[in-house]
Amino acid sequence: AELRARLRAVRHTVLVLSGKGGVGKSTFSALLAHGLAADETKQVALLDIDICGPSIPKIMGLEGEQVHQSGSGWSPVYVEENLGVMSVGFLLSSPDDAVIWRGPKKNGLIKQFLRDVDWGEVDYLIVDTPPGTSDEHLSIVQYLSATHIDGAVIVTTPQEVSLQDVRKEINFCHKVKLPIIGVVENMSGFVCPKCKNESQIFPPTTGGAEKMCQNLSVSLLGKVPLDPQIGKSCDRGQSFLAEAPESPATLSYRNIIQRIQEYCEQHHLQEEKIM
Amino acid sequence: TLAERANLAGVRHILLVLSGKGGVGKSTLSTELALALRHAGKRVGILDVDLCGPSIPRMLRVQDSAVHQCDSGWVPVFVGQDKAIALMSIGFLLERPDDAVVWRGPKKNALIKQFVTDVAWGELDFLIVDTPPGTSDEHISTVEALRPYQLLGAVLVTTPQ
Repeated sequence: AELRARLRAVRHTVLVLSGKGGVGKSTFSALLAHGLAADETKQVALLDIDICGPSIPKIMGLEGEQVHQSGSGWSPVYVEENLGVMSVGFLLSSPDDAVIWRGPKKNGLIKQFLRDVDWGEVDYLIVDTPPGTSDEHLSIVQYLSATHIDGAVIVTTPQEVSLQDVRKEINFCHKVKLPIIGVVENMSGFVCPKCKNESQIFPPTTGGAEKMCQNLSVSLLGKVPLDPQIGKSCDRGQSFLAEAPESPATLSYRNIIQRIQEYCEQHHLQEEKIM
Repeated sequence: TLAERANLAGVRHILLVLSGKGGVGKSTLSTELALALRHAGKRVGILDVDLCGPSIPRMLRVQDSAVHQCDSGWVPVFVGQDKAIALMSIGFLLERPDDAVVWRGPKKNALIKQFVTDVAWGELDFLIVDTPPGTSDEHISTVEALRPYQLLGAVLVTTPQ
């Protein structure tokens, strides 16, 4: 009941999933948050439930920040006035501390995040997840059933070793009745800044995300090329979209973010119609 | 138990491949390390304890293999050019490769314990244990289950950023 009350003020919730590690979930979650928060009239919240490897604090330039408690709960850490962030990273005394917890303890913290963080009124809640299909994923879907989840964005890279884990994630979504907004293919090609030649660093030997999406009747939201500036911006805690506005990767991200926004808005309209 | 000790008793060195971060190349390295050691004439086995995203079977082209049991436990799948590398992965236990293994910690722990003690490895110079990203159930259970045996150490994999 407490959860329901807390989450009542959240209009849209998007989960960013993969199944495969290192494909760019956190990078994408952060840029989605930045992209949505560019509209100052929207209130955006970014929740990082990767308890073992919380990347969001670094990517958002918030390393070393602490979480404050107030009468109304835990305060998220604000990057902008309209962009708040919460991560277990903020609860660690040192960034190198390993959080070596078994499932039940992780579930407890996730529940606490949802119950005790005072987000206020939120237009978009974005949830960054760890790789896999385990405790964190089951728990977040379970706890968020108190509100409604617009859907999941699934991130992959083009090679079959990634796709085979991503197909499992898609099946997970079907199993727990989580709608899939679509798939994002990261690291999809590299254009050399010197000679402008395009290379496939991670060749799509089995047709990449495009073929997989066709086979599984899931939307392909877009493909994002590799740009070394992306990794640099993440390391430095800056928004890649702001640092490299002319990059083809930025254009891809912006298109994908717009499609996600449209999906959420449409969803909302349909719900309102039903009500 | 005597049977449990027997399955790993013939393994001279156990090596864990860890990261913390996903997608840095743990499974790729585990596979290449096994192949290189085999090339150098060693008897090698690979234990893939990544329950949610088992990559090793595909990397060694045995994703369609099945495993069976013998008196001393699970019989590993033999891979590599001379079919001399012993491999065990949960990938082999899935009915359909796209099935998600959506298990909470306790169930994962039980399977890992079984994988560690119930595989008939035989005589090996090296057993390479490939792990999933993170520092959670799989890692705690694997280290706990391997502690009584010849645990050589861990190789940690990263990328530059």
